[in-house]
Amino acid sequence: MDKILRVNMTDLTTAVEEVPAEWAGLGGRALTSTIVAREVPPACHALGPNNKLVFAPGLLSGTAASNSGRLSAGAKSPLTGGIKESNVGGTAAQMFARLGIKALIVEGMPQGEGWYALKVGKDGVTIEEERGLLGLGNFAVIEALQSLFGKKTGVIAIGPAGEMKLTSANISVKDPSGKIRSHGRGGLGAVMGSKRIKFIAIDDEGAPGISLADPEAFKAASRVFTKALMDHPVSGQGLPTYGTNVLVNILHEAGGLPTRNFTHGQFDGHEQICGETMHDTIVARGGKPRHGCHAGCVIQCSQVYHDQEGQYLTSGFEYETIWGLGANCLIKELDDIARADSLMDDLGLDSIETAVAFGVAMEAGILSWGDGKEVVRILREEIGKGTALGRVIGSGAGAVGRTYGVTRVPVVKNQAIPAYDPRSVKGIGITYCTSPMGADHTAGYTIATNILNVGGQVDPLKKEGQIELSRNLQIATAAIDSTGMCIFIAFPALDIPECLPALIDMINARFGAKLTGEDVTGLGKSVLKLERAFNLAAGLTSADDRLPEFFSSDPVAPHQAVWDFTNEEIDAFWDF
Amino acid sequence: MAPITVTIKLFAHFRHGRFKEADHQFPPGVACREVILGLGFRLGEMGIVMVNGQHAPLDHPLSERDTLALFPLVGGG
Ligand code: SF4
Repeated sequence: MDKILRVNMTDLTTAVEEVPAEWAGLGGRALTSTIVAREVPPACHALGPNNKLVFAPGLLSGTAASNSGRLSAGAKSPLTGGIKESNVGGTAAQMFARLGIKALIVEGMPQGEGWYALKVGKDGVTIEEERGLLGLGNFAVIEALQSLFGKKTGVIAIGPAGEMKLTSANISVKDPSGKIRSHGRGGLGAVMGSKRIKFIAIDDEGAPGISLADPEAFKAASRVFTKALMDHPVSGQGLPTYGTNVLVNILHEAGGLPTRNFTHGQFDGHEQICGETMHDTIVARGGKPRHGCHAGCVIQCSQVYHDQEGQYLTSGFEYETIWGLGANCLIKELDDIARADSLMDDLGLDSIETAVAFGVAMEAGILSWGDGKEVVRILREEIGKGTALGRVIGSGAGAVGRTYGVTRVPVVKNQAIPAYDPRSVKGIGITYCTSPMGADHTAGYTIATNILNVGGQVDPLKKEGQIELSRNLQIATAAIDSTGMCIFIAFPALDIPECLPALIDMINARFGAKLTGEDVTGLGKSVLKLERAFNLAAGLTSADDRLPEFFSSDPVAPHQAVWDFTNEEIDAFWDF
Repeated sequence: MAPITVTIKLFAHFRHGRFKEADHQFPPGVACREVILGLGFRLGEMGIVMVNGQHAPLDHPLSERDTLALFPLVGGG
C-alpha cells in the first residue's frame, strides 16, 4: 500500500500515514502543489516553521516506462514568494516509488542550533542528529554517504548555500553515477536548510516494489511510447548527440540569445561555447557525449565533460548554464564555465539564478565582463565562505540588482529569466510572465514551436498565437510534470500522434484507471489554477505577471524587437 | 544578370564532410530549396531554415548578401 511519510522537525517526530483518497490519483507536481496549497498558509514566511517541503515521485516513477524517474519537490519559494515545484532526475524518485512512498512531507522547524539527517527506508523515516557532514559540498556528502551506506544509497542533500539559506540554493539528488542532478529553481535548498536537514539518505532494501494493475497493457503501451521517443528526430538523435547546448547556435542565429545581461540577441563568441564545439571537445578528451540522469532514460541528453588532462570536470552541463555564464556574462572559455558549473553543483546553487546574478554583478561593476576566473573565485571564496558579497550574489539576480542599484535586472517574480530573450521569442515571454513558478522556460517551452518547428510553427517575432501557445504548453507541462516524465518527452508528444495516448494508457495500466486525454488536460488546468490561487493568497497580483520595464523600452538587436504585449493581453492567459 | 552572393551556415551534423560557413554564388532570386538540394541534402532532413535570422519557407527567394542558416531537427531546453 502506498503511504505518506510525515516528518515534524519542531518536535522531531515522524509518522506513516495512509494516502487520502483525493491524493490517490496524483503524483509529482500535482501532488506537491496540492499538498502545499492544502497545508501551507500562503502568507507564511518561506523560511519559517509554517512552510513545508514536500517530495513526490511521479505517477509512473519506478515503473519500466522510459524517462519516468523524475522527483518533484514543492514548497513556498523564498525567492518568488509564491508556490514552487521543481523536478529532477537521479535515483531518488524510483527508490521512493519502489518503497511505496507517495510523498514525504517535512514540516516545522527545530528550535535549537542542531542539524539533522533523515533516513528513509522500508519501515518509514527516522530523524538523526548530524554533525560530521556540515559545511561540506555536495560531492563530499555523497561520497561520505556512499562509504557509510553503500554505493546504492539514494541521497537528497543541500550544500553550503542551502545551509546559509541563500535564495539561490538548490537541492541536489544523486544520479546513477554518483554525481548530481538538482531541484534547481526557486531556492528550495534554503527551505531544506531552514528545516536544518543536511541530507536525506534512502535505502530501498526490501522495498515492496511497484505493482501494475494490468501488466500486459502496460508493456504494450510502454513499447509504443518508447518507440515514439526513439523515432522523433529531437529526442531520438538531436538531444542524445549534442545535448541541450545545441541551442546556443540556434538562438544566436534567431537573435534570441540574451547577451551581456540581455543587451544583445547575439554573441560573437557563440562558436566557442556551442553544442557542436562542446561535442567535439568531449569526444576528443574521452568524456561521454551522452549520459542519462536516471536509469530508464532513453533520450540521454546529459553528458560527462572532461578537462584538458582528460579528468572528470562536470556532467549535466546544460545549455542554460552555458548560456548564462557564456553569452550572458561574455565568458568564452567552455572550461571556465564547466569549472563554475561543477562548483555551483558542489555549493548547491541554481546555475540559472547564479549565472544571471553574475551578469547583473558585471553590469554593476563588481567584476569584469567575461572574467571566468573571477567567477570561479567568487563562487569558491565569497559564496562558498559566506562573505557578505557572496551572500548577495548567492541570493539571486534580483538581490544583486537591488543592492547595487542596477535597473536592467532580468527577473519575473524575482526569479531570473533564462536563456531565451522574450523580445525576440515572444511566446516564452508569456510563459515567463504567467507561470506561477516565476520566470521558468520549462513551464511552457514555446521555443519548441517558436524556434524549433516542433508542434507546428508560430512566428517568434509576432504577437499572434503566443498566448494560446503558452497556455496549451503550460497546461500540458503541468500534467506531464505530474507523471514523473522528463519534459523532453514533449517533443515527440507534440508531433507523434501515438505518443500521448500511450502515456495515458500506461497510467491507466499502472493504476487500473480509465483516464482520457481530456482528464489529463483537466489535471493540468487544475494544477495551474491551484498554484495561481496559492500565489494570489500569498499576496502576488497580476502586476507580478509582467516582464521588467527594460524589455519594453530597449529594442534588442538584430531584429530590434521589443516586448509589446499589453497588460490586458497578458492577463487573458488566465481565461480558461 | 550578375550572380548573388549568399552566406550559408550549417549546424550540428550538417557540418560533417561539408563546412561551417561559406559564401556561395547563385542566380538572383534562387529559392532556398534549390540551394539545399544543391548541397546534397534531402528536404526531409531540414529542421529549421532561417534567412537573416528569421524562419523562411523553402520557396523563399534569396537576395544579394542574404544569410541562409540550415539546422537539422534538433532541440533542447
Ligand atoms: S532526457 Fe535528459 S533530462 Fe530528460 S531524463 Fe534523460 S538525461 Fe534526464
